[in-house]
Amino acid sequence: MELGFEVVDLPETDHPTEGEEAPDFTRPLVTDEQWEDAGLSELAADHPVLLVFHPMDGSFPATYVWNELRDRAFEETHDVQVVGLSISSPYEHMTLIDDREMAYPLFSDPQNGVAEAYDIVNDLDGMAGVSEPRPAVFLVDSERTVQYAWVAEEWPDFPDYDEVAEAVEAI
Amino acid sequence: MSETTDEEAPVTLYRLQACPFCERVVRKLDEYDLDYHSRFVEPMHSDRNVVKRVSGARTVPAIVDESTGVTMSESANIVEYLDKTYGGAN
Repeated sequence: MELGFEVVDLPETDHPTEGEEAPDFTRPLVTDEQWEDAGLSELAADHPVLLVFHPMDGSFPATYVWNELRDRAFEETHDVQVVGLSISSPYEHMTLIDDREMAYPLFSDPQNGVAEAYDIVNDLDGMAGVSEPRPAVFLVDSERTVQYAWVAEEWPDFPDYDEVAEAVEAI
Repeated sequence: MSETTDEEAPVTLYRLQACPFCERVVRKLDEYDLDYHSRFVEPMHSDRNVVKRVSGARTVPAIVDESTGVTMSESANIVEYLDKTYGGAN
């Protein structure tokens, strides 16, 4: 984005990078019909997972990111499953899935523990007691090894979708 | 961080989560250590009547500064106002 002024730099993080193991977790995984506890390792055992951390449902970045990923539809041409995660509740996830007309399941993590495990916590100014993941994308293979990692260094920030596409093609 | 839950804070900031123009104003408020109270609004422009009632327009950021009686929209204008009112010139 060209804005003519500086944006907010986020602090350094120790998030998992290419070749490292992605922390496993279990959280409710939401579709447009239901939710149930699911583990990242179980999902990844079936197909590589493109794990997309996004700001809370209803925020404009969540809308933009999911419109773009839905339109690119990596899962139609590659061996990958696209899965989201935000602090929003399962009910809000169902609304997002319907609004964006997308088939991707979303993990619900209101207490933001997964972001803590990945060291990508974004404390939100002006919302006391609320933190969420900073925008981030991890491509995780069946061994749960990170094949590609992108984590926002500014706020706001968006993934480089072409770079993500290259990573998905390489898997 | 001069963030406050006190609605008596002199500055009320109407903002949109993750809006870079709003973050720009936050940085300026922090720079001058001004107490402010945030109100978050809907991304959908047409759903922002609360902002229109205050400022006459639905755009964010918008600020209300009770200590000067100023209500203002547009980040560049707000930053210029904050610089003039609370910046080094004083």
